[in-house]
Amino acid sequence: MIEIALYQRLGEFTLDASFESDAQVTALSGSSGAGKTTILNSIAGLIRSERGKIVVSGRVLVDTEKGVYVPRHKRRIGYVFQDARLFPHLSVERNLKYGRWLSGSTAPLEPVVELLGIGHLLKRSPRLLSGGEAQRVAIGRALLADPALLLLDEPLSALDQPRREEILPFLEALPKKTGVPILYVSHARDEIARLAGKIVWLENGRVVGEDVTGK
Amino acid sequence: MLDWFRLQPDEVAALQLSLKVAATAVIVSLPFGIAAAYALARGRFWGRSALNTLVHLPLVLPPVVTGYLLLLTFGRRGPVGAFLYDWFGFTFSFRWTGAALAAGVMAFPLLVRAIRLSIEAVDRRLEAAAGTLGASPLVVFFTVTLPLSLPGILAGAVLAFAKAIGEFGATITFVSNIPGETQTLPSAIYTFTQVPGGDAGAMRLVLIAVAVSVFALLLSEYFARRLDRKLDLQ
Repeated sequence: MIEIALYQRLGEFTLDASFESDAQVTALSGSSGAGKTTILNSIAGLIRSERGKIVVSGRVLVDTEKGVYVPRHKRRIGYVFQDARLFPHLSVERNLKYGRWLSGSTAPLEPVVELLGIGHLLKRSPRLLSGGEAQRVAIGRALLADPALLLLDEPLSALDQPRREEILPFLEALPKKTGVPILYVSHARDEIARLAGKIVWLENGRVVGEDVTGK
Repeated sequence: MLDWFRLQPDEVAALQLSLKVAATAVIVSLPFGIAAAYALARGRFWGRSALNTLVHLPLVLPPVVTGYLLLLTFGRRGPVGAFLYDWFGFTFSFRWTGAALAAGVMAFPLLVRAIRLSIEAVDRRLEAAAGTLGASPLVVFFTVTLPLSLPGILAGAVLAFAKAIGEFGATITFVSNIPGETQTLPSAIYTFTQVPGGDAGAMRLVLIAVAVSVFALLLSEYFARRLDRKLDLQ
């Protein structure tokens, strides 16, 4: 489903990683500075790697050898950032509809809203949401843009333990209910164990191991 | 006593003309101001500092120089002025439109400065997020960057309006001081100070000028504060 090969130098740091995965949820794990977010940003088209190839569900997004580079807004990669990044000038509902409007999708809001338990927040401003609520809205916003792949960048790291417990069930239900493959960055072993079908271990910009959990 | 405060017809005409000139100047220059501010805030292109210098030039040049340059360029015999007249029968010379052009040019640096600051303050990570949701750079601009910098744009527009109301040197050099056509508030005050017995008229217009300027400054401050609040919560 996803095929990644990236090479990039960023000052002292060199990213030189490649992996493939067919799992519904693939986890990228490793200590901070291992290059996890750099990989996500490359897949989403937020940074451009020197050399590399990115294929998602058979669609080539980047192939530097053949000069292929799809701009970020045409990639259909949903990205849930660590810091949610909801649009502060739009209500929760309009945040949710933003990507859906641009994708031309007509998928109804309700299933996603129900799945994430955010029905009571729709009329609110994102400024008034707790961290956990904002994170769920961000997931909904990315899902409604009809993505071919969902990137989650440590979506729970900014939250305390009770909040994490609040969101984890939603995350567990996501792949089954939506069918969208997920690439999940985390260094929390318990999260990974609960969610991922395949785990890719990174260290200093390199893949140092892969585990298949059989999920 | 109250009669003293009653504006004479030519004073009313000067006030109305000033409002029309300033409003036209701001409305027409706003899209250009936003484009220039965006280019300066975000652009990495050759000639960026040249653009920056050009935009700020009216701020530091003697207004009479700006007015004279406008006359040379947009006057009936100037390259742009002759073209506009020959092809469209349109002229700036000695018309209120020329006063609006002069006011717009003189207020442009203030407009661009305020808008540029507010665009620079917009969180680029939100723009990146919009991109991943399928928004092209143009859509990102209109749905994220522009709405988030709106208070700064309004603050800049109000400030530019106040500046345009007060513009004198470039206007009188470019389009002279014709009552009812190019005699704006400052030109009228100037005229009053040049004739015997004009003190009362000058004073009335001075009061109006002060009132308009103070109100515009307060309004501009209000929008700037709203921008701060908006950006704090981003």
